Amino acid sequence: MRVQVLVRLKPGVLDVQGKAVEKGLQGLGFSDVDNVRVGRLIELDLESDNLDDAKAKVSQMCEKLLVNGVIENFEFCTL
Amino acid sequence: MNVSVIEFPGSNCDHDVVHLYSSVLDSKVELIWHSDRDLKNPDLVILPGGFSYGDYLRSGAIARLSPVMEEVVSFANKGGLVVGICNGFQILCEAKLLPGALLRNINRKFLSQFVHIKLENDQLPFTKNMKSGDVITCPIAHGEGNYFADAETIERIEKDGHVVFRYCDAEGKVDSENRVSNPNGSINSIAGICNPTGNVVGFMPHPERSVEEIVGFVGSASGLPLFKCN
Repeated sequence: MRVQVLVRLKPGVLDVQGKAVEKGLQGLGFSDVDNVRVGRLIELDLESDNLDDAKAKVSQMCEKLLVNGVIENFEFCTL
Repeated sequence: MNVSVIEFPGSNCDHDVVHLYSSVLDSKVELIWHSDRDLKNPDLVILPGGFSYGDYLRSGAIARLSPVMEEVVSFANKGGLVVGICNGFQILCEAKLLPGALLRNINRKFLSQFVHIKLENDQLPFTKNMKSGDVITCPIAHGEGNYFADAETIERIEKDGHVVFRYCDAEGKVDSENRVSNPNGSINSIAGICNPTGNVVGFMPHPERSVEEIVGFVGSASGLPLFKCN
């Protein structure tokens, strides 16, 4: 199955990249844009026919490498 | 003193540390490649600055998985002295040997400039040749040096004296809102921390580049006492 993992900075953690993009958008005339946050989308193929097993594996991947729990949150879905 | 310097693909301050310990100080230095597991019986392990594994995913996230890091973690857990400089600090945080994380600099820029840092804790094996309040002048060179931890962690490391260095001005004055003295925006101007047992230390600035008078800037040898830790 195809898995999509969305990694985001936690609410309250300063996202300077988001701020830069926000300023860029506002500079282009999108003056009603606010609170831009930039995350990271990770896609992977996982060989599994058991959804619960797959979810447990992806959670482990996030905790061990894909996500830094000090500053980031994650969510994922299967396609 | 036997010093082992860990070399990752993308390390670029490894030879600064080798020069410091082999030429400025008269120590035995070994370079340890990231895929090796033999630390060569060190008294001190240094994780140098650089861009290990291209800083892919997050700074230090991939380096932390290197075979050598298993040995470094085991060495640290047995009380061995481990110091991470710049990218080495980021690796120690990713390896959970130190708390917190390094966010992008608050001004979004890669910062390559001089800073002043003040020693906050002179009771550690690595800082015992300096006095709390001593100021080191040295460069920083990083894009992600903005120290962050949750409020509870900050309170704990402040209370327990685990803040080792703070960014300050030339006189040692700390002002975390001042972008001249605290250019990357670190919480409480934190530039370096240690673990609860004091044998693992990490910091973003480069005092290993401030170890020789001949370099010629004011304070160009101000970092030397730090590294005389045997």
